Amino acid sequence: MEETYALELIQKGKRIDGRKFNEFRNIEINANVISTAEGSARVRIGDTEVIAGVKIAVGKPFPDTPNKGILVVNAEFTPLASPEFESGPPSENAVELARIVDRGIRESETIELDKLCLVEGEKVFSTFVDIHIINHQGNLQDAAALAAVVALRNARLPKLENDGIVRGEYDKPLPLKFAPINVTVSKVGENFILDPNYEEEKILDSKLSISVRDDDKICALQKQGRKEIKFEDVEKMIDMAMEKSKELRKLV
Amino acid sequence: MAEYRDVVIPSEKIDARKGRKLGNGVYQDGENVFSKFMGIPRIDENEISVIPLSGVYLPNLGDRVIGIISGVEISGWMVDINSPYVAFLPVAEAVEEFIDMARTDISRYFDANDVVFCRISKVTKNKTVQVSLRDTLARKLYGGVIIKVTPSKIPRIIGKAGSMISLIKTRTKCDIYTGQNGLIWIRGENKAKAIEVILTIEKESHTIGLTERIESMLM
Amino acid sequence: MKEEKLLIDGKRIDGRLPEQLRDIGMKLNAVTTSNGSAEVRFGRTTAIASVHGPRALYPRFLQESDTGILRTRYNMAPFSVNDRKSPGPDRRSTEISKVIRLAFEPAIFLEDFPKVTIDGFVEIVEADGSTRVTGINALSLALAVAGIPMKDLVVACSIGKIDGVLVVDLNGREDNNSEADMAFAMLPNKEVISLLQMDGALTKDEILKLLQLAKESCMKIYEIQKKVLKESYKGE
Repeated sequence: MEETYALELIQKGKRIDGRKFNEFRNIEINANVISTAEGSARVRIGDTEVIAGVKIAVGKPFPDTPNKGILVVNAEFTPLASPEFESGPPSENAVELARIVDRGIRESETIELDKLCLVEGEKVFSTFVDIHIINHQGNLQDAAALAAVVALRNARLPKLENDGIVRGEYDKPLPLKFAPINVTVSKVGENFILDPNYEEEKILDSKLSISVRDDDKICALQKQGRKEIKFEDVEKMIDMAMEKSKELRKLV
Repeated sequence: MAEYRDVVIPSEKIDARKGRKLGNGVYQDGENVFSKFMGIPRIDENEISVIPLSGVYLPNLGDRVIGIISGVEISGWMVDINSPYVAFLPVAEAVEEFIDMARTDISRYFDANDVVFCRISKVTKNKTVQVSLRDTLARKLYGGVIIKVTPSKIPRIIGKAGSMISLIKTRTKCDIYTGQNGLIWIRGENKAKAIEVILTIEKESHTIGLTERIESMLM
Repeated sequence: MKEEKLLIDGKRIDGRLPEQLRDIGMKLNAVTTSNGSAEVRFGRTTAIASVHGPRALYPRFLQESDTGILRTRYNMAPFSVNDRKSPGPDRRSTEISKVIRLAFEPAIFLEDFPKVTIDGFVEIVEADGSTRVTGINALSLALAVAGIPMKDLVVACSIGKIDGVLVVDLNGREDNNSEADMAFAMLPNKEVISLLQMDGALTKDEILKLLQLAKESCMKIYEIQKKVLKESYKGE
């Protein structure tokens, strides 16, 4: 079985495709690929592929933040992307992935939401980030987060006329402060690897998803996987993520 | 001589293994043996185990249990043994004479809701269970009532060499079969008394002076 | 995020010191129809947990032939929060149900029950911050009472940063206005982490300090769990 072979190799310090433990597969990023979206990105990490689309609309702000814009992040694990995915409402994994991407963007205060207020208490810009999984070959979390950030960085606010949005005409870019990078570090036995492919994901013990901001602050953490992690693992995993985030941020 | 200790909680250390057998309810980590349950540790020179205070019955090979027929199949019966695992009683383990299974409706031997006292004859690694009536004590039980107690309390209800259950049977003049699966079948005029006594033992199994209190209840 | 001052003269709005836990209450067997149950309260956050199982799992295709499965559901009662919450699962409770399940996976001997399921339910009846960790503390007790074989209990607490200070056990207002908050769970005797979530903005060092704080607080909570379990037995 490929999975058991992947595990054996990792125990010997190698990986199935010859990569180093901290090496990502080949990354391809294409921005502005969807003409109907205000911002978009298509990201491939190895054979994993996701498309993120940003749609901006005008809506009512939340009562406790009357002068801030709204951010909504959603993810769809479309059935075409993997025999594992079924049609229907989002699975717990899809919900979790979307919420982790959301927190990475929101907690880092990447979008300057207070610059998106049109009429306090009544009208603000709502930014919708929708992540569509096109092919699942491992590490959906990092691919989705990367696609979301690239899409946001290319997003433009639509032009407004008489309180309505003029589709197809744009004003200024979406006001952004940061580029948060999500790196998920996986633990396999006593080894730590980045960007597991599909087979490696089946044999890993646990994961820590780490969102790193430009100033090296950590804005989100999420432990995943069925096994425990040790206290001393956390520092190692954060160090690995922080180092890798610098490299990935250059691509964005 | 077995030593019984004060109640422990999961992951509490019981003792160093010292080459002894790991019985039910414990696990080993390094040199030491820890409890998997909230329960009573039982230690002697051969084995360390923990008797859980609660929990469902998990079938063990050789256990004698009360089963209730829950389904009639072609080559045998499904038996509810008060466990998340349902047992199977094959025709060959239940009936002495030769049966042509193609032509016989075996429900004439055992039908749904019939009660049997049987032995666990097989438990596979992933807990497929088979029971058998090929046992001197095995039989179909007619009439009577069945009560449920926590399976781990059964040994106390039976007593040392059956002393407690014999006392109850004699004094109440009831027929009683105790299943290691926590089911007890009772038949007789004084069964209310027998039930009261059994439930008292279940509730107070760990207290001192229980035997005396039970004897006075049975006067 | 930082709308109000949460620390005045080193004391929190409810009078606590930064590393002080709220008043904690723990009770067993709130739900008698289950295999085991418990109720845990931290200040004004109350969680009731109950366990059903091990029991047969249907449909059969969900069964794993060599191990049992654990299913958990976290839910908030509509009246548990100030602005009534619509009943039923939402995205947040779906995610929390998953992280709670994963918090217990390393602790339970699922391999002792092939093909069956252990169902754990957490209901938050009163919410004032740190609901998922309160739920985990309750579910831990419920599992022990139900006689589920475990490697260790699971103990949980929340930690975070408010007004620049690292604190333990955030209440509702602190949670909403924190610079960062973390949900944490560990196996106390094995000293390993089974749940870790954080959002906010923290340096690596702050995270490591919070982990130590979390560990110390959890050990205090564990002592209470131990006491409640042992005393329940004597009271019988």
